[in-house]
Amino acid sequence: MQTTQAGPSSDAVIDVRGVCTRFGHAVVHENVELRVRSGEVFALVGGSGSGKSTLLREIIALQQPASGSIRVFGQEVVGLGDERALPLRRRWGVMFERGALFSALTVAENVGMVLAEHTDLPPHLIREVAAVKIALTGLPADAGAKYPNELSGGMRKRASLARALALDPELLFLDEPTAGLDPLSASGIDELVRSLREGLSLTIMMVTHDLDLLWRAADRVAVLGKGRIVEVGTMTELSHSDDPLVRQYFHGPRGRAAQENAWKTK
Amino acid sequence: MPLDFDAELTVTSPSSGTGVSELRCRGIWSVHTIASLERRLADMRWPDSGDSVVDGSGITVLDTSGAWLLHRTVARRAARGGAVRLQGLRAEFAALLQLLAARDLPLETPLARSPPWLERAGRHAVAAVAGTRGYLAFVGESALAMLATLRHPGRLRWRPILHNVQTAGVDALPITGLLSFLMGIVIAYQGADQLQRFGANIFVVDLVALAMLRELSPLLTAIIIAGRSGSAYTAQIGTMKVTEEIDALRTIGVGAQDLLVLPKVLALIIVMPLLTVYTDVTGVLGGMVMANLKLGVGFDVFVDRLDEAIQMSSYWTGLAKAPVFALIIALVGCYRGFQVSGSADSVGAQTTLSVVQSIFLVIVTDALFSIVFLWLDL
Repeated sequence: MQTTQAGPSSDAVIDVRGVCTRFGHAVVHENVELRVRSGEVFALVGGSGSGKSTLLREIIALQQPASGSIRVFGQEVVGLGDERALPLRRRWGVMFERGALFSALTVAENVGMVLAEHTDLPPHLIREVAAVKIALTGLPADAGAKYPNELSGGMRKRASLARALALDPELLFLDEPTAGLDPLSASGIDELVRSLREGLSLTIMMVTHDLDLLWRAADRVAVLGKGRIVEVGTMTELSHSDDPLVRQYFHGPRGRAAQENAWKTK
Repeated sequence: MPLDFDAELTVTSPSSGTGVSELRCRGIWSVHTIASLERRLADMRWPDSGDSVVDGSGITVLDTSGAWLLHRTVARRAARGGAVRLQGLRAEFAALLQLLAARDLPLETPLARSPPWLERAGRHAVAAVAGTRGYLAFVGESALAMLATLRHPGRLRWRPILHNVQTAGVDALPITGLLSFLMGIVIAYQGADQLQRFGANIFVVDLVALAMLRELSPLLTAIIIAGRSGSAYTAQIGTMKVTEEIDALRTIGVGAQDLLVLPKVLALIIVMPLLTVYTDVTGVLGGMVMANLKLGVGFDVFVDRLDEAIQMSSYWTGLAKAPVFALIIALVGCYRGFQVSGSADSVGAQTTLSVVQSIFLVIVTDALFSIVFLWLDL
């Protein structure tokens, strides 16, 4: 599907080339190539253990690949130390799979902490801006004063998203944004992702298993399998693919149901 | 130097007090500039009433923080009466503002109020009472579990007991031995001067043996074990609570008491008396070394004198405390673990409490023992 592959043009926000990753003797990635364009919602899918989350961690410079190059906003992140990664990290936000909220702080303090660390806002503006971010993610106003362990799973994800959005990043990484959520909360996340992209003109890269989310929110989808990118394209393109791995992924009973659902809601 | 962001207010016919005011916004309205912008906005003198126009055509960058400030300015103005018109915003900025306006955002964020001292004192008192009751309930539950196990000894889990004997007992041998050896040295050294003055060198044996056997070695062992094993129990059970492993145990039908508490309690009850005997020996050895070096009391003389210096009752009273201390440490450690509530912070707080409370209770109990032994003339 060469037509959907972005060229080496400058509008690639994330540019992954020839990445190989090994854990001991186990090969996780073999020559992974990936481009994410500015302003799109890009999804990375693949079976369990296909190395999706590892690739995400490599892109956000938490882990190093064995070889290859990863450029984010045109800057190489492979081999970048924490010190030098900081200016880049301020331009992106990450929502971790299990929220990773600081359990000793309230939700508002979790968001406010990022602002206090990186801006010179006075305390009352920090509180106000934190409340805005919390409201943007669809949490009720009283959630800000709560501690993470007082929140439900879905609320915790939203709170984590609020923290990821604290500095108005240009790029947002979502790791399994709907995993472990009930269908109602999950569809709330679908809408949230779309409205954020439009309202805040974000580029979003997400790792997900959720076929409904893919049909509703993703512009392009890359399928990771056997250590490389098997195919990249829109959901409609992928659903017509001949590749057995892609077919297996999108044509299971759940895949078909999700597709029908998506057509109905469109 | 011209700033790359700005807000400027012009009021037409301000003299009447009801003129149309126009706010021109320009440049970058982002998280990095809103602090200055807010100050500038606060300094402006708006007319008391009348219509206003906010012109955003000059805004080049607008993020959510900037949009919030703009939204708040417009909303506050509207709340004072008079129509407010926002004009000239770029389409994408208008969409962002729309996103904010769609949420019901409070214009003032109230500061989280900390309760007055009387309320806090009351809450602390209630928590202390609830804590004591909770602890007693926990001791009761453990006793019941213990009784149930005694009736069916086959249900006793030997593997975790032996594991705990290994970690709390065998692994603690070097540190307890070393510390009590040093304690024996210190006591003999401190006593040496006084005894020499009276020519009563030989009584160093009485001093060291009595102090170590009756008081110091059980107390020292208990304090080391509280710091080593009591804290470990709290951290282990607390982390299991955070990761819902305790709930999983209950759904599988294994009582947390049976699997986690009883083996620890039993293991410590087995181990503590043994450790106490061991520290008795190392402590007296330390005293012996010092007596030899400082007072010229030879090893053979020292051992001969031991027989006369201490009665069996001194040995037994010291030893009798050990299982009681073991019970206190194990129960407090486990109880504090179960009190952990879902956060990493809570694990730390409860572990601290566990060590502080078990050492406190051990010393109080030790004092009670002294009184009782005095009554019994032991």
